[in-house]
Amino acid sequence: MAKFKMGKKLKKRFIRIIVALSLFLVVFILDRIFNLATVIDGKFSWLFPFALYLGIYVLIGYDVIFKAVRNILHGQVFDENFLMCVATLGAFALAIYRGVMGLTIEGFDEACAVLLFYQVGEFFQAYATGKSRKSISSLMDIRPDYANLVAGNEPTIVSPDQVKVGDIILVNPGEKVPLDGVIIKGQSTLDVKALTGESLPKDVFENDQILSGAVNITSQLYIEVTKAFYDSTVSKILDLVENASSQKSRSENFITKFSKIYTPTVCVTALLLAVIPSLITGDWQTWIYRALSFLVVSCPCALVISIPLSFFAGLGASSRYGILVKGSNYLEKFSKANIFYFDKTGTLTKGNFAVSSVYPENKREEILQLASIAENYSNHPIARSIVAEYGKEIEEGFTLTNEAGLGVVATKLDTQILCGNEKLMEKYGIDFTAQNSLGTIVCVAKNGEFVGSLVIVDQVKPEAKEVIGELEGLKAQTFMLTGDNEKIASGVAKELNLTGFKASLLPQKKVDELENALSNKGDGDVLCFVGDGINDAPSLMRADIGIAMGGVGSDAAIEAADVVLMQDNLKGIPLAKKIAKKTMAIVRQNIVFSIAIKIGILILSAFGIANMWLAVFGDVGVAVLAILNAMRVNSKY
Amino acid sequence: MRKTFNLEDLDCANCAAKMEDAIKKIDGVKFASVSFMTQKLVIEIDDNEFDSVMKKVVKSAKKFKSDCTILL
Repeated sequence: MAKFKMGKKLKKRFIRIIVALSLFLVVFILDRIFNLATVIDGKFSWLFPFALYLGIYVLIGYDVIFKAVRNILHGQVFDENFLMCVATLGAFALAIYRGVMGLTIEGFDEACAVLLFYQVGEFFQAYATGKSRKSISSLMDIRPDYANLVAGNEPTIVSPDQVKVGDIILVNPGEKVPLDGVIIKGQSTLDVKALTGESLPKDVFENDQILSGAVNITSQLYIEVTKAFYDSTVSKILDLVENASSQKSRSENFITKFSKIYTPTVCVTALLLAVIPSLITGDWQTWIYRALSFLVVSCPCALVISIPLSFFAGLGASSRYGILVKGSNYLEKFSKANIFYFDKTGTLTKGNFAVSSVYPENKREEILQLASIAENYSNHPIARSIVAEYGKEIEEGFTLTNEAGLGVVATKLDTQILCGNEKLMEKYGIDFTAQNSLGTIVCVAKNGEFVGSLVIVDQVKPEAKEVIGELEGLKAQTFMLTGDNEKIASGVAKELNLTGFKASLLPQKKVDELENALSNKGDGDVLCFVGDGINDAPSLMRADIGIAMGGVGSDAAIEAADVVLMQDNLKGIPLAKKIAKKTMAIVRQNIVFSIAIKIGILILSAFGIANMWLAVFGDVGVAVLAILNAMRVNSKY
Repeated sequence: MRKTFNLEDLDCANCAAKMEDAIKKIDGVKFASVSFMTQKLVIEIDDNEFDSVMKKVVKSAKKFKSDCTILL
């Protein structure tokens, strides 16, 4: 946990509380032993303890009194400072009344203590929120403080926003990369954990793109800046994170509304409690005292503090795992997400092709070798996948002829290699064995003889199956939308155990399909769309929650999506759901717990079972407990 | 234009909520959000009246928490 230092103001408050608390204890103990009311005899015996306690009261509470007066002047009637003052000064008044009437002198200590403990509680709240705020924000802190600008011989330290595009900066080991750029000299290992949540360090070399926010680990890097600071990845992410808590959730709004009604209601009840039973029983003292206890619990602070804190902790926890959630409202909604629509290429699959099988398998080497010769100079992803699969030196010197839409013919002396689809084989009159596998089939023939064929498919991401399984385990439905044909789509859907799929969709149709699903879903259902953010921005925006994968460096994705997985890894989805669920569970606990305790105290005070001491302890205690509970969100997942 | 301001000494969550409410009611404020956790005010006001509306915002914020300052 990050080290948290008390600010100057907080420290001053702390010292004041300690001083007031010790003075109070001294007076309180003396009072109990010697009974301070006996120091002065006669009618004014109450004056001595009153003066002592009032002194401490003013010492600990002058700011509360000051704020109360000021806010009343501003027309803030239900201000908690004011209500605290009414409660405590009322208690003083009751005690004075007893003194004047010649009854046993008591109650001064209580009036003083209530304000004292109120202040202790406020201090704890400030301390705990400050501390948790620090520990959460430090996790999100990827802001670079400076850049080493290389101009002339010596690098100079400047603020990152002073660096222009095209400038050269130096990043030493241990420093954060301040701006996006390209490495022009050096190679090193980068720690990108703060950026993507990926804990494996990344090796980078000359000419590699490098993103701001990464930490340089091993050696010096010279970087040519390609984006100004405001445009760099780190600024974009910080912007997003900082604005996240301004998108408030329904729970937060509920609490704000609740507190608006709560305080006036408690105050009015207190007033009624002071007047009506007193008129009936004639026992003014008892009922005014009970009414004053009401005022002590009238501040809804415990509630109002713990809910945004829980959400903040949830946002912080997810960003630690490279999941950026754009607002508390999305975190809240995501906890209920139960329908997931996935884009296929680039999301469920890697989006790059690979040789999945070779027929016949015993001629694998030969088929790959021949196909590589023919496809060596092509840039088509399928051709590249064949060459990559072969991975050995390729025989040169062939004349390559492209047969449009069919394949390639390679010739060298008396060798002729045919490499292409079934139509190419037919054209050259070659007797071939047809393949019925999913994916793209490439047939290979040599000197008029069929050698074999290759099946090339887009590979499913290794984690996809596990993630889909996990989502189904959470009672979620999973669908796939793709532009690919029915056969390929159903293959992937079967392999991953998806609930359903829609194939042969043109890009525009994907949005229509989503609209359809949105209008057919139930009230409580939350529909998510998961895409890579490159060409599915409309779908990302249209869904209840748009989730973009591999968001690092992609502005479009960051803009259109509500949840951005910085890492191109589907595992972020169930993880985010876990975090969202835990956050919401804790939010609910805090709401129920705080309201229950408050109402409990109110009832107990109304019946005279709880005194003012208990009321103030309950009020302060519940706030601190709620804050501690909220911090549980920020644990390991 | 949407702008973010830091808030200093915003120490009470309830006041933050009240402050947000009051700021939202000011004419010319299109969007306002006071985040107690990040101690920030996010506000959206039309460009041509930004400064004049912002003055009202500062004044109204003072009313709620005179010890909390908007760092402009």
